[in-house]
Amino acid sequence: MTNLPVPYRVVARRPETADTVTLRLEPVADALGDFAPGQFAMVHCFGRGEIPVSVSSVQSTGGLAHTVRAVGAVSAGLCEARTAEVVGIRGPFGTGWELERARGRDVVVVAGGIGLAPLRPLILRALAEPEAYGRVNVLIGARTPADLIGREEVAGWRTAYTGVTVDRPDEDWRGDVGLVTDLLGRAHLTPSDAWGFVCGPEPMIRATARELVARGMPPDRIRVSLERNMRCATGHCGHCQLGPLLLCRDGPVVDWQRAEPLLSVREL
Amino acid sequence: MTDTQGPAVLDRDGLNALVAELVAQGRTVIGPTVRDGAVVLAELESADDLPFGWGVELDAGRYRLVRRTDGAAFAHSAGPQSWKNFLHPARQRLWSADRTPSGGVDFTADEPAAPSYAFLGVRPCDLRAIAIQDRVLTGGRYEDTGYARRRTGAFLIAAECTEPGATCFCVSTGGGPAADPGYDLALTEVDGRFLVRVGSEAGGELLARLPHSAADEGTERAAHAAVDAARDRMGRALPPVDVRALLAGSADAERWDDVAERCLTCGNCTMVCPTCFCVTTEEVTDLTGDHTERWQRWDSCFDLDFSYLHGGPVRASARSRYRQWLTHKLSTWHDQFDSSGCVGCGRCISWCPVGIDITEEVTALAAEAGTGPTASADPRTES
Repeated sequence: MTNLPVPYRVVARRPETADTVTLRLEPVADALGDFAPGQFAMVHCFGRGEIPVSVSSVQSTGGLAHTVRAVGAVSAGLCEARTAEVVGIRGPFGTGWELERARGRDVVVVAGGIGLAPLRPLILRALAEPEAYGRVNVLIGARTPADLIGREEVAGWRTAYTGVTVDRPDEDWRGDVGLVTDLLGRAHLTPSDAWGFVCGPEPMIRATARELVARGMPPDRIRVSLERNMRCATGHCGHCQLGPLLLCRDGPVVDWQRAEPLLSVREL
Repeated sequence: MTDTQGPAVLDRDGLNALVAELVAQGRTVIGPTVRDGAVVLAELESADDLPFGWGVELDAGRYRLVRRTDGAAFAHSAGPQSWKNFLHPARQRLWSADRTPSGGVDFTADEPAAPSYAFLGVRPCDLRAIAIQDRVLTGGRYEDTGYARRRTGAFLIAAECTEPGATCFCVSTGGGPAADPGYDLALTEVDGRFLVRVGSEAGGELLARLPHSAADEGTERAAHAAVDAARDRMGRALPPVDVRALLAGSADAERWDDVAERCLTCGNCTMVCPTCFCVTTEEVTDLTGDHTERWQRWDSCFDLDFSYLHGGPVRASARSRYRQWLTHKLSTWHDQFDSSGCVGCGRCISWCPVGIDITEEVTALAAEAGTGPTASADPRTES
C-alpha cells in the first residue's frame, strides 16, 4: 500500500556540508519496489512529518540513500537521525531521468549544489555502461567550496569532462569561479545530438537549460527535476501543481519543452 | 407492484417509507434540512426533517432562507455544504506510528469501517461533482482508500432541479438541471409528489419495497416540463467561449490585479466548492513521544502556506492565488483529470464574503482577451 510508510533503518550517516547529510537506508523487513534514478520517496521523520526526497542511491539489495538539507522541521529531524534509527518510506513516486533515452549519444549532467544528489545514480549508471553512451560530462556548481557534496567521489568519476565551479571561493580554492553555465564551453559534446540532465535551484535550472538550447540542444532532450511541496505524492493533495502538471505524477523530472513555458510565468 | 425499472411515482407517504427503509437497512441517511438559517446537509431520521416549504434567495455574497407557499421539499438550491463533507471529510486520520521497545517503528493504517451512506436530494450539479471527485481521488494511478471506502456502496438519490437559484450556472458548464447517470434513484418533485427513475439494481430493489404507483403520463410530462423550464431560468452563465483555452492563455491578464484588490484570500470558495479536493497533512504526537499520528485536513490554494517551499511561498500575491484557483478549476483540471473542475453550482458566488462572482470574472477575462494585447491563445493547451 502506497499510503502507509514502510520502515527503513539508517545504516550509515554521512555529513556532506554544514547543513546536509546523506542517509543510507536498508529495509527493516520488506523493501519497497525498485526506485529509478530521478524518482522520489516520501520520507517520514517520527513525530515531525513527511517530506519528498529524491533518491541519491539505488541498490539492487533494496537499499536507498537520501541526501537531505536541513531547511525545515522535518528535514532538520532527518539530518539529526542516527545510525540504527528507523524512518518511514513511501514510494517510489514520480518520473525518473530515463537515461536510457540518451543511449548512443553524448550526455551532459549539470548540478547545482545539493542537486547533484538526485543526479548521482544517473551518473553512476552512465559510467557503468561506457559503451552505451557517448561522452559523459558532469558540470557542478555551488555557492562556496563548503557547499560542494561528494567531492571525493566526484574526483574518482571517469568522465569525458568533469567541471566544478563555485560562486564564492575561499582561500584554499584553486578551481573555477563563476556560474556552472560557464563550464559548458569546455564540455565534450555535440549539443544538437546530446542529452542534458539538470537539477538544482530553479534559477540555475532556467539559466542552464536556456544556455543548452542556445548551444543547439533540442528542448525535448533536456530533462530537469523540479521541486514543489508535495504532501501526499499520490496526486490527491494538489500541492505540487505547476500549471497543468502534478509534479508528483508528471514530474519531478520533466522535459524542458514542457517546463520552460511554465517556469516563465511568475508565481505559477 | 409495478415494473420497478419504469418511472414510478411516490407520494409523501412513499417518501417517508423511502427514508424509513434506508434507516432500517442500517444506512446513515444524509439530506437537506433547515438549521441555523440555512439548508444544511445532515443526518435525517425521517422524511419530516426535509426542508418542506423552504426556499433560498441567493446573490453574490448573499444567502437567505425564504418561505415557500407550495410546501416543496427540494425547491432550494445549493447550500453551504456539499457531499464532499461526508465523502472527503475536512479531517481524517491517515495512519499512526508507534515506537517499539526494540527501537523500531510500527506503522498502522487507519481504516475505520465507513458509514453506509444514503444521500437523499443530491442535485444534478452535485452528482456531477461527486463524479469529478471520483475521478480525482480514485481514477488515477493511486486510490484515496478512505474516499473509496466511503464512496463504495453509498446510495445516491438525486433530486432534479426545478428551482435554480440566482447564482446557478450549471447549463453553461455543460451540465443542466436533469440528473446524469450515476444515481441509484432520481426524484423529480411535482406538486407534492415525486417522479422516480431507477438508475441501478439497488435502486430498483429499494423502490420495489416502497408504496408507489406507475408513473402516469401527466406526472411525467409535468416533471419534464419543470426541469426543462429550470434549464432556461439559470441566474448566471459563463461566457460562451472556450473557457479552458481562455484561462490557459490568461496568465498575464490585468483582470487578476482587479480581482486581487477585492479578494480576501479567505478560502471560503474552496471550502464550499463541491469539487475542491486539496488537502494538507499534519503530524500529531501525544505526550509520551512514542505515538504519532498523520492527519489529513482540507487545505486551500488561497492559503499562503499552500505553496510554501523552503524560503517562502511560490504564490505570495493574492493575484497569483486567485489565478491558481480559477485556472485550475476551469482549465488545468482538464489537463490533470480530463474534465472541468466546475459544475456551476454557484456556491463560490453566494459564500464569497465580498461577492466575487466567478462568471463575472471569466466574462471580464474573455473581454480582455478579445480586445486586449493578451488575446493570443496558449498553444500548449489548444486541442
